[in-house]
Amino acid sequence: MRQWAVLTVLVLCWMSAGMALATETATRPGATLSPGGSVQGFTSSHGERDGGGSDGLMPVEGATRAPLIEAQSAPASQVMPTGESVPKNDTGDTAWVLISTALVMLMTPGLAFFYGGMVGRRNVLGILMQCFVLLCVISVQWVLYGYSLSFAPGKGFWGGLEWVGLKGVGFTPYKDYAATIPHQLFMMFQGMFAIITPALIIGAFAERMKFSAFMAFMILWTTFVYDPVAHWVWGVGGWLKDLGALDFAGGTVVHINAGIAALMAAIFIGKRNGGGKTILPHNLPFTILGTALLWFGWFGFNAGSSLGANELAINAFVVTNTAAAAAGLSWALLDWVFNEKPTMLGVATGAVAGLVAITPGAGFVSALSAIVIGMFASIFCYLAVTVVKPGFGYDDALDVFGVHCVGGIWGALATGLFASKGVNPAGADGLFFGNPKQFLVQLLAVGGTMIYSFVVSLVIYKIVDVILKVRVSEKDETVGLDLTQHHENAYTILE
Amino acid sequence: MKLIIAIIKPDRLEAVKQELYKTDVNLMTVNEVLGHGRQMGVTEVYRGVKEMGNLLRKIRLEIAVNEDFVEPTIKAILNGAQTGQIGDGKIFVMDLVECVRIRTEERGTTAIG
Repeated sequence: MRQWAVLTVLVLCWMSAGMALATETATRPGATLSPGGSVQGFTSSHGERDGGGSDGLMPVEGATRAPLIEAQSAPASQVMPTGESVPKNDTGDTAWVLISTALVMLMTPGLAFFYGGMVGRRNVLGILMQCFVLLCVISVQWVLYGYSLSFAPGKGFWGGLEWVGLKGVGFTPYKDYAATIPHQLFMMFQGMFAIITPALIIGAFAERMKFSAFMAFMILWTTFVYDPVAHWVWGVGGWLKDLGALDFAGGTVVHINAGIAALMAAIFIGKRNGGGKTILPHNLPFTILGTALLWFGWFGFNAGSSLGANELAINAFVVTNTAAAAAGLSWALLDWVFNEKPTMLGVATGAVAGLVAITPGAGFVSALSAIVIGMFASIFCYLAVTVVKPGFGYDDALDVFGVHCVGGIWGALATGLFASKGVNPAGADGLFFGNPKQFLVQLLAVGGTMIYSFVVSLVIYKIVDVILKVRVSEKDETVGLDLTQHHENAYTILE
Repeated sequence: MKLIIAIIKPDRLEAVKQELYKTDVNLMTVNEVLGHGRQMGVTEVYRGVKEMGNLLRKIRLEIAVNEDFVEPTIKAILNGAQTGQIGDGKIFVMDLVECVRIRTEERGTTAIG
């Protein structure tokens, strides 16, 4: 096992070194980082080329690539006409998306605590480790080839390899994605989404997956499931994007996608061995802390998805907060009615369900619609968790399917119901605003994602299972993942 | 009167409890303890520093019973806790001198059940 780990690290180093060389030779030698940290080659000399339209905040390497990027949107024109400037970075937009990127990053550790509090205390480090290591692995994957697979302009299925190693991804805005922020910033913002999506799945197979198998599954899953689906919905040429499916911040790409893969994993890895007893959450305050971090980070996730500091961001911010609140409240009421008392874990779960449900519609619905979306999100997720799960008997340990997939489906369909051009003229009207076709498109996006994600996840799971055996031994499960997978203990009983 | 102390694996607790209920033993005290017998302890590593032979989590049950219940209780614990693996634990039985129910001040065999 250890040899494999060392080999993987070496291969990764080798790949990145190769790509670094390849990109280096493709750019002009002037654009290097000075020891002081400022980028040399930020000159205004290229301003002559683009007709003086730039304020000089563009590196020289960007200038050499600009014609390439331009050629995609206007293949006929080799030379840029004077007067029409290249897309320019807006400082306000850049600042907001920078902050949003950091906010979305915080969601992954937040999720770690959200999940970590709900498992037994012999497995809490296992959960934190899985979330944290995804932050490390997918960050590297994204820069090496993930971003290119997802976002390079390509065919309907996935992006090309032309942006591998961030080749050609510079500081000039890429108009088709975000016209006012540096392309690299857009790349990093999207990278955070690519990290948290596989992390969501962790809750399904919590407390019983072998770490080596986990690593293999996640790298393959991100490459063959996340990257293509992200391309379908957001990438230039993606078939769902071309169809007009609305997914503002990733309800389909992130939540349905992860949720259905989670269901697959829960079914095929089998039930936890709790000795016939339900495993109780070992630290609910952790879970609440995690919920708070998720809620906070979600402002970046949703309001940041406007990719600018504009009215759309405000709308997303308002509906995100409103839906989370409405859903938390509604879950508390459900608990009160059906389980005698409102519970803290219930409010936290409800809030997350509301956040999930508002994600696809955050840029298309109004605050009042958000209340309805949030209220119903809790009702549907509550049913999934308390009726559907026990009914079918799969052990989705931390209810990833019940909250993220069900909440995501409701959110995607609700977007088809409540979307309004009054909120976002660039969007579309939903069923309730006289456009039933949008609802069908949403349905198709949901169905397509679910089938693809389930099937491909299953194939990846089976391959990993044959090679590495996904589940830990019964003895290791009893002792706990912290000690058996990581040789660490989260808490001491005796000091 | 006897005091039965059993050290078992944590994941067997639920099964042992169910077996005890079946034999009408409903009163018990449960502790989480650390220990190891023949079973090896575990290794822990903190920033490269190894801690060898650390103790494993175990559950310690204490049950006070009248003579008639001694054998059924032992049987119930065996049924619930036995997996056949090293580390299943031990049962200790000892004489109990006195038992007082605090609420009623009853003593002896009536106070136990």
